[in-house]
Amino acid sequence: MRRRVLLHTVLHILVAAWALGPFLWAVLSSFKPSRELFDPRFHLFPETWTLIHYRTVFAGGTFLRNMINSFVVAGGTVILALAMGSLAAFVIARFTFPGRRTLTLGILTLTMFPQIAILSGLFLLLRELHLLNTHAGLVLSYLLFTLPFTVWVLLQYFRHLPRELEEAAWMDGASPWDLFWYVMLPLARPGLITTGLLSGIAAWNEFLFALTFTMDNRVRTVPVAIAFFGGASPYEIPWGSIMAASVVVTLPLILLVALFQRNIVEGLTAGAVRG
Amino acid sequence: MAEVRLEQITKIFDRGNVGVEDITFTIPDGTFAVILGPSGCGKTTTLRIIAGLETPTTGEVFIGGDRVTHLPPKDRDVAMVFQNYALYPHMSVYDNMAFGLRMRKIPREEIHRRVLDAARILGIEELLQRKPRELSGGQRQRVALGRAIVRHPRVFLFDEPLSNLDAKMRVRMRAELARLHRQLQATSVYVTHDQVEAMTLGQMIILMNQGRIQQIAAPLELYHQPRNLFVAGFIGSPPMNFFQGEIAEEKGHLVFRGGGYILQLPKEKRNLVQTRGRMGDAVLGVRPEDISFVSPEGADLVAVVEFHETLGNEVLIYARTERGETFVARARPEQSPPDGAQVGVTFTLSRIHLFDPGTGENLTYHPQENI
Repeated sequence: MRRRVLLHTVLHILVAAWALGPFLWAVLSSFKPSRELFDPRFHLFPETWTLIHYRTVFAGGTFLRNMINSFVVAGGTVILALAMGSLAAFVIARFTFPGRRTLTLGILTLTMFPQIAILSGLFLLLRELHLLNTHAGLVLSYLLFTLPFTVWVLLQYFRHLPRELEEAAWMDGASPWDLFWYVMLPLARPGLITTGLLSGIAAWNEFLFALTFTMDNRVRTVPVAIAFFGGASPYEIPWGSIMAASVVVTLPLILLVALFQRNIVEGLTAGAVRG
Repeated sequence: MAEVRLEQITKIFDRGNVGVEDITFTIPDGTFAVILGPSGCGKTTTLRIIAGLETPTTGEVFIGGDRVTHLPPKDRDVAMVFQNYALYPHMSVYDNMAFGLRMRKIPREEIHRRVLDAARILGIEELLQRKPRELSGGQRQRVALGRAIVRHPRVFLFDEPLSNLDAKMRVRMRAELARLHRQLQATSVYVTHDQVEAMTLGQMIILMNQGRIQQIAAPLELYHQPRNLFVAGFIGSPPMNFFQGEIAEEKGHLVFRGGGYILQLPKEKRNLVQTRGRMGDAVLGVRPEDISFVSPEGADLVAVVEFHETLGNEVLIYARTERGETFVARARPEQSPPDGAQVGVTFTLSRIHLFDPGTGENLTYHPQENI
């Protein structure tokens, strides 16, 4: 018994260290002066704490611009993914129409394409639509992976709602839209929060599309902007700024997850909706 | 308020199973009608066709004289109470009841008035702000009723509304439903497999089996004048006893000849059988309360008591005839013979039934007799 507890504790610490270690390292490094950063001796904690890297990151306002871009793109992605995803899931779950099964499987298949495989095609498409280097273009491309996921998770929700609930709404004189808006959507709330958050995080962190489809700092999102950080000379990698920026962009995510953690767990264990 | 009329309704489902076949009936305005039958008999399908949740393959549905066969539920002005309540889990009791009115764009004050009215009738005024999950089964059922009542619909539909409640609550809600109907006088269609509910609530019972109507009658008539073997066996608990035999003529009299005994048919039964002109194989049907025990000496029919069930006010006596036919009789506790006793058996002949074993038809069916 004692040994089991010990084993569990050790395992937990290992997992936590593996998952949180790199982030912790980034946080601590962001407070170290540059000369400590390049000190070959190992220091976990900074000898002198400094905010210089944070000041550098926010100096000039370009990084703030990147943050706003990320907010706009992630926000747009979440709103569109939820709006379109919930409607699609509702229709697939509650109405029969020819090709329903094919459509459902097709949506699942969509999530399996590697990003790099569709990159060049998507680039051409966005260029034709004049959406290169725009927020809208990024949002559109992000819907490619957030939408199928959203549909798939919400589908499970809508499917598990009892049929009588729908019929009660019909008897009450509800239109399909009323049924969706007043009955189905509120009951799928945990699912909406989960899929919304995960879509938002995916969009916030996305790098490859953002790198390819943006040309300048007016649209560039945070992950790309960090990669473009330049040091004082071409031969210097500005680790301090990179670390500080990484910490800054992670904070909103931590805040969101902390805020909604109960809903996320609920959402991932979907289908448990009972009257 | 409105009359409900179904004309030759047949429903065949996608996979080819027949749901109901050739259903025709008229429920007069203000009547509480019960559709009764074993599970899978098509009673719920019939109700759903009236509701508009199911479209009949052929036939027509009329509500208040309007043909509504192809109208969606919302345009039929009917309300339905579901077996598992189907309350909206995320809405308060008040909102659950108000939802149907809001969908119909009823003014806010009117909604408020109607919800409070219904809550008062049902005694759930204190629960209006609660969520369904905070309510007991009986309270949920009341809210489901309230959701129907506030609508002031032309017809109320009930789909086994009491089957999820415990026995005690069921009896209470049954009485409440009866009271509610007296108060509202609305046309109601109530589906159940429970004959006690049917007998106590229904002014009119539509008994179904295997997708077809077996008999439409008032509760007592259904009990005393079953049209066929199915009705006779379904209504009554314990059910009617059946004995194999034949109808024959003996010395100019019509008799029923069973296993080792002969029953002289009384005049009115004789006439009924005679007008149908049926002789030969027949099934004798006798209700448990129409069987009494006498001394075995000289009795035509002798049986051995196997065991009995004491219910307090009465005893159910299970016995076996010499030919091995088992039956159950109902007696007062003080008149119950002991287990293992040999007894003579007599039937109240004016209340027996004779059935055609082939078609199941009741050869002594005579609807006016007991009304």
